[in-house]
Amino acid sequence: MAERLLEVKDLNVKFATEDGIVQAVDGISFDLERGKVLGIVGESGSGKSVTAMTLMGLTRGINARFDGEVLYKGTDLLQVSDRDMQNYRGNELGIIFQDPMTSLNPVYRIGEQIAEAIQAHENVGKRAARARTIELLRQVGIPNPESRVDDFPHQFSGGMRQRAMIAMALSCNPSILIADEPTTALDVTIQAQIVELVSRLKDDFDSAVIFITHDLGVIADIADEIIVMYAGRVVERGSKRDVFYDPQMPYTWGLLGSIPRLDRPRPERLHTIEGSPPSLINPPEGCKFRPRCPHAFDRCMQEPGLENRVETPGHLDRCWLDVDYKREHRDETISGGSTEAA
Amino acid sequence: MTVLDQARESGEVPLLEARHVKKYFPIRKGVLQREVGRVHAVDDVSFAVREGETLGLVGESGCGKSTLGRTLVRLLEPTDGEIIFQGKPIQSLGVRRLRPLRREMQMVFQDPYASLNPRKRVGTIVSDPMRIHDLGNRAEQKRRVGEILETVGLSPEHYNRFPHEFSGGQRQRIGIARALALRPKLIIADEPVSALDVSIQSQMLNLLEDLQNEFQLTYIFIAHDLGVVRHVSDRIAVMYLGKIVELSPAEELYTRPIMPYTEALLSAVPIPDPDLAEKRERIVLEGDVPSPINPPSGCRFHPRCRYATDVCKQVEPPLVDYGNGHLAACHHPLNVDEATLRRVEVAERHSPAEADDSALPQDSSGSSDPAFSSTHDTHSR
Repeated sequence: MAERLLEVKDLNVKFATEDGIVQAVDGISFDLERGKVLGIVGESGSGKSVTAMTLMGLTRGINARFDGEVLYKGTDLLQVSDRDMQNYRGNELGIIFQDPMTSLNPVYRIGEQIAEAIQAHENVGKRAARARTIELLRQVGIPNPESRVDDFPHQFSGGMRQRAMIAMALSCNPSILIADEPTTALDVTIQAQIVELVSRLKDDFDSAVIFITHDLGVIADIADEIIVMYAGRVVERGSKRDVFYDPQMPYTWGLLGSIPRLDRPRPERLHTIEGSPPSLINPPEGCKFRPRCPHAFDRCMQEPGLENRVETPGHLDRCWLDVDYKREHRDETISGGSTEAA
Repeated sequence: MTVLDQARESGEVPLLEARHVKKYFPIRKGVLQREVGRVHAVDDVSFAVREGETLGLVGESGCGKSTLGRTLVRLLEPTDGEIIFQGKPIQSLGVRRLRPLRREMQMVFQDPYASLNPRKRVGTIVSDPMRIHDLGNRAEQKRRVGEILETVGLSPEHYNRFPHEFSGGQRQRIGIARALALRPKLIIADEPVSALDVSIQSQMLNLLEDLQNEFQLTYIFIAHDLGVVRHVSDRIAVMYLGKIVELSPAEELYTRPIMPYTEALLSAVPIPDPDLAEKRERIVLEGDVPSPINPPSGCRFHPRCRYATDVCKQVEPPLVDYGNGHLAACHHPLNVDEATLRRVEVAERHSPAEADDSALPQDSSGSSDPAFSSTHDTHSR
C-alpha cells in the first residue's frame, strides 16, 4: 500500500463576516496517498477552493475558525504555527492557482520569481538556484529555457505562464501538488497540454495531486478518486468509475446532465438544475440540495449522513433515495431523456 | 453579378453579410508614433448569416473572434471590407445614420460583472436603450422593462435593485434583457456563458433558445467551448489567427471535420466519461497560437499541423466548398472521399452566402465520429 500523505478529518472552516457566519467548508474528510490524483468537483461557492487554501494555511486570519484535523504525515497542519507553516508551504505542499495572469508578479522576471521560491526554502546560491530554475522550466515544457528564464510574465502566453506557475510550485519538490482550477482560464488545446503535464510530473516527482475543477471532463481524464462538493459539504465520494458510471447523488446527475457533450447526440434541451446554490450563511434545513432537487421527499428535511449505500465499498453519498429507484431514474437527468449511451 | 444580386434573385437576403472584412490594429512606437507593425486581428473574413439562424464562431483566444463580433456591429471600425446588414452596406455609415441600425443589432458580453454599470439600477440599465432611442414615454418604458425582466426569468420587482445584488447568472440575464429591450433582429453574444457555472450555463443556453423562438432572433454566438457551440448553433465557423478556416453545418463539423485544426480542437475537448477519455486518440497541438503581428506564411496553421507539407508553407489555401455548405481552407483535407475531391473546385471564396441554401443541418448518419475514433483511415490526401 502506498504511503498515506494526507488525512483530512471532519474539516470545518467558518468565516465571520458582516452578514453573519459563513460555513464555507462543512465537515469534509478524505485521504490522499502518494501517486494518486484526487479530484474535487463543485460549482463556485461550494467550498473547494477554501478547502485547498486551508490545506496550505492560506485562509488563516482573525475572522476564520477551523475545526477538525488536517494530518500531513501525522502532523496536524491546523495546529502548526504560522512560522512553521512556511516550511510546509512549498517544501511539502505546492499550489497552482487558477489565473496565471494575476498570480505572477508583472514587474519581476519569471526566473527571478522561481529562484526566489527556491532560495526562500533552501540554502542555495544564486547561481545554483538559477540553474535549477532553468531545469524546472525545461521539465514543464518551456522551449529555450536558457533565454526564456529572463522574460517577464507579459512575454509569456497564458499556457506558458501556467507552466511557469507549475514550475514554481514544484521548485522545492513538494509531496502534494494542489491544482486549483489550473485549466479554467485556458483554451482547450492548452488545457489538454497542462492536464498531461500535471499527470506526467506527478510521476516524475513521485507526488500526489489534488485537482480542483468545475469541469467534469477534465476530472474524467486525470483523477483516481473524486469528491463532489455542494454548499461546503461532500455530497458524493468514490472512485472515478463509481462517480461517473454509478452516480448516487441527484446533484451529480445534474452536473453530468448540464454539460453539452460531444460524445452524445445533441439533446433538444439541456438538463438544468433549477435555482441557484444556497447561501452559506443560512443554508437550507436538511439536505442542502433539497430546494433544487426534483426527487426530494419528506425525509430530506433531515440531512442524510455521508455513508456507503451501494455495493462498492468506499463509494459514499448523501441521499435518502432508494438505490434501485435512483438507478432507474437517473438516466433521465444524465442523458436528458436520450437513452443512447456512448 | 455580385453575391448579393444572386441572393436577391433567389428571394433571400442574408440578414448580415461580411465580405473581405479586415481589422488591423496599428502598433505605434517612438515619439512620432510611427506605425511599426500591425496586428492582423481579422484578416479577410467573409460569411453570411441568414435570418433566424445561429452562427457559432469558435477558436482559441486571440484568433480574432471577439474582434470580428465587435467589428460587425461597428463597435470597431473595419480596416477594409464590406458589412452588409439587411441589404445595406453599413461599413461607412456615420454615427447618425448608424443609430437606427443599432436598434436592430445588440450585443451580450462575456463578463456579467464588468458589463453592467454598478451605479445604475437594473431598471435604468434595461430602459436606457429605450430612452436613447426615444421609444415610448416613461410609463410605457417601465412597463416594458417589467415584461422583459419576466421574459428573461427575473421578476419585475428587481427594477430598483443594483447589479451587485445579483448572482453571476442573474446578471447575465440582465445583460440579455438589456439587449432585448429594443427588440433587435440580431444578437451578437460574445462568450455569454463562459463565466458561469455549469448548472447556470445550461439554464442560460435554454433561455437563449427560448428567446430565439419567441422573438425570431438571429444569433452570432461567439464561444471557445465546442460543446456549447454545438448545442446552440445551426452553422459553425472555426477561426484561426484572424481567418475563417472552416465553415460548416453544426453536426457535420463534429462528425466530419475537414480542416486538421478543427480535428485537433475537437480531440482536445475533455469528455466526461473515463472509459471514452482513455480510449480516444488525442491530438496534442504543440506550442501556442503564433503572433498575429507576423502570421506564418502560407497556411497559418502549418507550424502546428501534423499533416503539413511544403505547399502549406508557401501557398495559402483558399476556402473550398466541399458540398452541403461545408467550406474549409486546407491543402490536405480530411474526411473527404476521392469523388468529392475531384468534383470540388475553389468556391468563389468571397461568397459563402451561395453555399447557404444547402447548409441546413443534415443527417450525417453513417460517418464515424472523429472526436472518439481515429480518423487516419478516412483521411485522404
